[in-house]
Amino acid sequence: MTGVHSLLPEGQPGLLVSPVFGPEPYRGVEDLVGYLAVGGYAPLTARDRLLDRIAAVGLRGRGGAGFPAAVKLCAVRDAPGRPVVVANGEEGEPGSVKDRWLLRHRPHLILDGLRLAAAMTGAERGFVYLSDALAEQAVRHAHAERPTGLRVDVVRTHHAYVAGEETAVVRRIEGGPALPTAKPPRPFEAGVGGAPTLVANVETLARIAVMHMCSDAAVGVAGAHLVTVSGSDGCAPALAEVSAGTGLKGLADLCGHGGAEAVLLGGLFGGLHGAGWTDLRLDHDRLKAAGGALGCGALHFLHPEDCPVAVATEAAAYLAAQSARQCGVCVSGTEALAGTLTAVGRGAADDAAADRLHRWSRQLPGRGACGLLDAAARIAATLLAHFPGRVAAHRDATCPACADPPPGDGRRFTVPVP
Amino acid sequence: MKLLLDSTRCQGYGLCQEPAPELIGLDEWGYAHVRVSELPADGADGVEAAVAACPNSALRLVK
Repeated sequence: MTGVHSLLPEGQPGLLVSPVFGPEPYRGVEDLVGYLAVGGYAPLTARDRLLDRIAAVGLRGRGGAGFPAAVKLCAVRDAPGRPVVVANGEEGEPGSVKDRWLLRHRPHLILDGLRLAAAMTGAERGFVYLSDALAEQAVRHAHAERPTGLRVDVVRTHHAYVAGEETAVVRRIEGGPALPTAKPPRPFEAGVGGAPTLVANVETLARIAVMHMCSDAAVGVAGAHLVTVSGSDGCAPALAEVSAGTGLKGLADLCGHGGAEAVLLGGLFGGLHGAGWTDLRLDHDRLKAAGGALGCGALHFLHPEDCPVAVATEAAAYLAAQSARQCGVCVSGTEALAGTLTAVGRGAADDAAADRLHRWSRQLPGRGACGLLDAAARIAATLLAHFPGRVAAHRDATCPACADPPPGDGRRFTVPVP
Repeated sequence: MKLLLDSTRCQGYGLCQEPAPELIGLDEWGYAHVRVSELPADGADGVEAAVAACPNSALRLVK
C-alpha cells in the first residue's frame, strides 16, 4: 500500500493535510463542510492581485514541463476570444499518483482552483479531464455539492502515457481521440473550439487555491512539491509533500531508499542518474542543469540488486508500447531504442550499438508531436552516461535481470493510488 | 518565416528533401526533419517546392 506523508515544516499549509482533520493525511473525501472550514471558496475580490502573487512567488506548472503558471494564465487571458479552463487530472506517468490522489480525496480544492483560474482569465467554461473512475465520482459529487458558478463538465478519457499531454487533452474534449497534435498552435493560442485554453495540472490548481486562502504562506505553497517515491527493494511506495529544494538523499532515507545507487527522475521523463544522485535537489532548474528533469515529481530508486540496463530497457519498452503511433519517427525511434537496449542487456549487441544509442539520443529529441520520444532518448543517453561500466559488463557475463524480454506494461514503475 | 513539420503527417515519402537538402534531412527510417526552421522573410531556395512536394502536406511555411 502506498503511504501518504506530509514532510512540510510544521504549520505550513499543504495539500495532503488540513488543520480541520489534524496532522494525518486525508483518508476519506473532503466534503464541502470540511473545505469551507479551511477557508475554501473565498470570494476573489481582486483577480489581478492573485495573479500578481502567483507571478511574484514563481509558481510553476506541475504537469511535467514546469512552465511558469502566471505566464500561461496571462497568455490565455490576453489572447483574443473567450477563454476556456481545463483541470488536467490525467496523469499518464505510471509512477505518479499525486493527481489521482488529489482528485479522489480533495476534489473541492481542484474545483476551487479551477474557479480561480477562470476568474483570472475571464473564462466562463471549464472542464475537469481525467481517466480515474474514483476521481470522477469524487469530482462529480463535489460539483453537485456546490456549483462554482462556472459551467464545468467532466470529461473522461482512457488512461495512457500521452493522454494528459495538453494537445491530447484538447482533442479529447472536442470529441476526438486523446492523442497529441503538432504545435503550434498551443492550447493557450487555440484550444477547445479554437478558444484560448488553459490546460492546468490539478496540483497547480490546488496550489493556486491554497495560495488564495493562505496568502501569507504563498511562497512555501508555491515552492512545495507532491512527489511519488518508489523503488524495487520491497519498500512501500509513498506520496509525499516536501518543501522546495529538498535533497533527494534525505527524501530517499525517509522513504526507505537510503541504500539506493541510482534514481530514475520525473517518472520516465528525467532519465537515470547514478553516482552523484545524492547531491540532487527537487528543483526544476538544478535538475535540468544536471541533465535530468523533475517532470511530475515521480522518483523511482534503483537499489544495488537492480540492473540499470534492465530498468532502462523496461522503460524504453513501455514507452515504445505507449507510443501513440502517429509519428513515424516515434514508432521507429522508440522501437529501435528498446530493441537495441534489449540486445545490449543480453550481450548480443554489435560493436556499433553504443554509437547508435548515442546518435539517437542526440537526434531524436524534439522530433515527435509530444515528449514521449524525448523521454525514451533521455533514458538511453543517461544510461550510457552514468553506467558505462555496467553496460560494458553485459558483453562478458550473462545478466539474469536482462535475460527475459522486457514487459511493455510498465509494471516495474507502476505505483498504486493510495 | 518559419518552416514547420507536422511529424504526425510525415509518412517518409522523402520527396521534400531533394528541392531543399540544406533545410530538410531524412533519417535512417526515411522520416523528414527540419534542419533550419527560421528562414529569411523572403524564404529560401527550394523551400516552397519542398512544401509542395509532400503528398501528405506535412510541411508548412508560417509567416
